[in-house]
Amino acid sequence: MTADPVWVKSERQRERERVLASQGRRTASVATISTILFVALVVTVVISAPGWPRVQETFFDPEMFLESVPAVADGFLINIKIFLIAEPLILVVGLLVALARGTRSPALFPIRALATLYVDVFRGVPTLLVILMVGFGLPALKLQGIPNDLVTLGVIALTLSYGAYVAEVFRSGIESIHPSQVAAARSLGLSHGKAMRFVVLPQAARRVVVPLLNDFISLQKDTSLVATLGLMEAVRQAQIIASREFDYTSYLVASLLFILLTIPLARYTDHLSAKARKRQGS
Amino acid sequence: MSVLTIHNLWKSFGGNVVLRGIDLEVEQHEVVSLIGASGSGKSTLLRCVNLLETADDGTIHLDGEEITDPRVDVDAVRRRLGTVFQAFNLFPHMTVMDNITLAPRQVHRVGRAQAEEEAHELLRRFGLADKAGAYPDRLSGGQQQRVAIIRALATKPRVMLLDEVTSALDPMLVVEVLAVIRELKESGMTMILTTHEMSFCRDISDTVCFLDGGVLLEKGPPEKIFTEPEHDRTRAFLGSVLESGRF
Repeated sequence: MTADPVWVKSERQRERERVLASQGRRTASVATISTILFVALVVTVVISAPGWPRVQETFFDPEMFLESVPAVADGFLINIKIFLIAEPLILVVGLLVALARGTRSPALFPIRALATLYVDVFRGVPTLLVILMVGFGLPALKLQGIPNDLVTLGVIALTLSYGAYVAEVFRSGIESIHPSQVAAARSLGLSHGKAMRFVVLPQAARRVVVPLLNDFISLQKDTSLVATLGLMEAVRQAQIIASREFDYTSYLVASLLFILLTIPLARYTDHLSAKARKRQGS
Repeated sequence: MSVLTIHNLWKSFGGNVVLRGIDLEVEQHEVVSLIGASGSGKSTLLRCVNLLETADDGTIHLDGEEITDPRVDVDAVRRRLGTVFQAFNLFPHMTVMDNITLAPRQVHRVGRAQAEEEAHELLRRFGLADKAGAYPDRLSGGQQQRVAIIRALATKPRVMLLDEVTSALDPMLVVEVLAVIRELKESGMTMILTTHEMSFCRDISDTVCFLDGGVLLEKGPPEKIFTEPEHDRTRAFLGSVLESGRF
């Protein structure tokens, strides 16, 4: 019996690795230098602008910054609350509408037609208009049981608007599952519903996570649109401070809060799509 | 009485007539092979039997019940048939065990413990005892196809429909799948299969049917079809198979 060959790194390979390492060092230093130059250029252009002292005073006032944080942060809690309530509702509405659009049975035609109409309408109307119409229109009906709490109305409006987008995301996910999967499930005797539930939806859900998270990042920002109803959330609070003090630093505070909220979700989305790419590559 | 009776079956896809009046009877424990060139209608015939395609005309009876009747409960018909596809079509998000027990549990209302016990037994029988917890993408093509066969078997079908189950496999893996089908025959399973593996077909079939352009041109025991076919078309097909080294 002969022994398995043992790898001894050749001189040629060692030479190759030295070249690659030096190339890597050069790439890194080029990246660093170009970044420093770019930032320096931008800073110079902004600071040398004729209006800069004025902008610095009204947007970057450290004192105002600290002063407006409590009020804006307080309002921001409302944004988070709206987001957290609306998100699961949107998932439910989106999934139900997507499933309704995929039904075949003639008895369900009205539901199918209604779902299509819903998506057409609410994808077409700007979210701001949906919020205004729901916020002022629903309470005006004076029907019993219609809420007039602004947070609830905001959640309803955002759910209606985003439900339509999310329904389309789910639908594209469902349609991306190869028909042979359904054929296999149906051949085993599973009904259409069970084939959806056990075979199609679990696979579709995995594929739509990234586009769904993108929609949710967008939703986090759009919670500020509810301010138009007079709700004292972060942007509205910042506006109040700005018009009282003639100083816009509070807007900067609100922006930073939104960024702090969206960045983790954005990075998580990147992480998931990188993972999905890797899985597909392997 | 035959298990499956196909009478005057017609099927076309938008002007392209794929099946032209097929007549076929399959007895219990019989293994029927469908051979013929690609596009001769073999796969379509199987897909009509498990109602994945709706026939344009003609009838199919399963155990005396007409399954081509539009009022028939298709899910109930499919519960009595086991289908295996060329591309395996395992459910990638489920383990081997879940793939196999899905239909027994959700369709046949078997309890989880019993379904898993039966699945374990099938896995042992076909040499996959250690793969119950694996996901399909961790298995070789041959192992995946054996799992697909077990998945179809787990519902205790009356008839197994095998559609070119070895066409996507390399020769080493073909052998292990063919061994499984041989064992099924020995256990008395009624089967209809389409195949390009002629020596296997000759070996395992009770009846061989040669399809040509949607017509069931010739039918008989393998010894007859392979040695003294009646039709020139059959002879030409077998000749080309021989030449391509697939016999």
